[in-house]
Amino acid sequence: MNDELARWSRGLRRSSQLLGVAIFFFLYAPIALLVAYSFSGSRSLTFPIRSFTFSWYVSLADNAELLHSILNSLSVAAAVVPLTLILGVPAAYALSRFAFIGSGTVNHIFTLPLMIPGIITGLSILLLLKSLGIGLSLWAVVLGHTVAWLPVVVGQVAARLRRMDRYVEEASLDLGAGYAETFLRVVLPNLKGAIIGSALLVFTLSFDEVAITFLLTGTENTLPMQIWAMLRRGVTPEICAVATLTVVMSGILIAVGVRADKD
Amino acid sequence: MILTELSSRKPAIDWSWHLRLVAFLGPAALYALVFILVPYANLLIYSFWKTDNYTIVRDFNLGNFARVFESPVYLSVIANSLLVASIVTICAVVLGYALALYVAFFTGMRRKFLYFLMVIPLWTSFLLRAFIWRLILGREGVINSGLAWFGFTDEPLSVLLFNRFSVCVALTYVFIPFVAIPVYAALEKIPPATLEASMDLGASPFYTLRRIILPLSLPGIIPGAIFTFCLSFGDFVAPSLLGGPSGIMISSVIINQFGSAFDWPFGSALAIFVIVVVGIAVALARLLERRYE
Repeated sequence: MNDELARWSRGLRRSSQLLGVAIFFFLYAPIALLVAYSFSGSRSLTFPIRSFTFSWYVSLADNAELLHSILNSLSVAAAVVPLTLILGVPAAYALSRFAFIGSGTVNHIFTLPLMIPGIITGLSILLLLKSLGIGLSLWAVVLGHTVAWLPVVVGQVAARLRRMDRYVEEASLDLGAGYAETFLRVVLPNLKGAIIGSALLVFTLSFDEVAITFLLTGTENTLPMQIWAMLRRGVTPEICAVATLTVVMSGILIAVGVRADKD
Repeated sequence: MILTELSSRKPAIDWSWHLRLVAFLGPAALYALVFILVPYANLLIYSFWKTDNYTIVRDFNLGNFARVFESPVYLSVIANSLLVASIVTICAVVLGYALALYVAFFTGMRRKFLYFLMVIPLWTSFLLRAFIWRLILGREGVINSGLAWFGFTDEPLSVLLFNRFSVCVALTYVFIPFVAIPVYAALEKIPPATLEASMDLGASPFYTLRRIILPLSLPGIIPGAIFTFCLSFGDFVAPSLLGGPSGIMISSVIINQFGSAFDWPFGSALAIFVIVVVGIAVALARLLERRYE
């Protein structure tokens, strides 16, 4: 739509294209390198890569610790997603449809964990649990992630609600539907895209989270914590193989998410 | 319109309205109170206590904060964190802006696809995007191998990894999309007619860029910059993986207080300090936003 600048200035277009392509290279070359290393035939990751193998992927399937950590990560994410949705979607609706005193402050409080580094959020919950005498576990991790990613759901759903026509809801009320029915049968279906999109984003964010998990997990490891532990012994092709698989998973999820958010 | 006027003529206190508000907001508000506000308040209380012989003494004092500001070690760690956050914010804003500008104005038919490419890194693991730099900047990494292959260097450069430089590179890499995405959203909102008007009135493309596009994209730059600053200031992944002795940042010191040093009150005081820095950054951003509204 906005191609005026490109038509008017060749100089600006050329320099912007050059810079843009260079930045895309900066963003993607490391990921490409990671994928390439996961197929590297030698254990030590030296450049250039001389031989290729799939054996690192095969050996992943035998790594019981790793598989267990993946299962843990999936369980945490699977608990965090519904929790953030159940709390976040009605909250976003209240914040964008009810003009009440202090709504701005409430909104700021919800967004707080997004701005405050994960390590601080993790710590504050750690101290709370210790004060209450509750031990650390994957449930504590679920709690920490829910606090951290609730703002993602609230933000995305509220953004969708702002673009949504309010008269549709008023029409529903005028035609005799109650408030609950209007919310369930008019508002929610219109939010489908935003809900699926934010659910997938929360899933990936939770699946990859390190700082909060580091503080709140007990004896169980999630996948990023397992990778963290493996990194202490240096970067190995196995780590690159796991990382490649998570990139592929993220790519699939985002493709689904973008498609869902279109409508 | 008539419908809204009718509904606004309802009695002063609408109990059903309040009931609905509580039903929708109540659970999340209660959750935010118990798991956001109470924990931060609890952290604040801890920061006023002290430890004696590895036990926490519940005795109100400001000793922890005095310790932060009196010790050159902690001050240098804080200075280093502020420096890293500032460098990363500047680099990420410049590169993120250039990227958003390119995708928004100069990509034509491929815009959708390139926007997609801009978003993907945000969805990939932070940990992974940080440790990749070990493979690139390390002694046997891509850069050193490349330099040796071309015959530029006789032995690997060790200044690339485990210092402030490597932390800044990794964090900039991580935070470019955080700036590019909101800036792109702001650029997308600029009506083509505005640019046309500027050009028709004789402004050069560079003048248009500086005086029209840049001010109109501030609503995207400011949140992007704030996110980058706050999250890189308190980041713990990049300094632990790539920092080395000269790249120590405040989060590593905080973690240490809760681990081997076992000084929770002091760690809490440092954490409160981080929250205060974040608060100041957010307040400054609000001020800027209001000025340019």
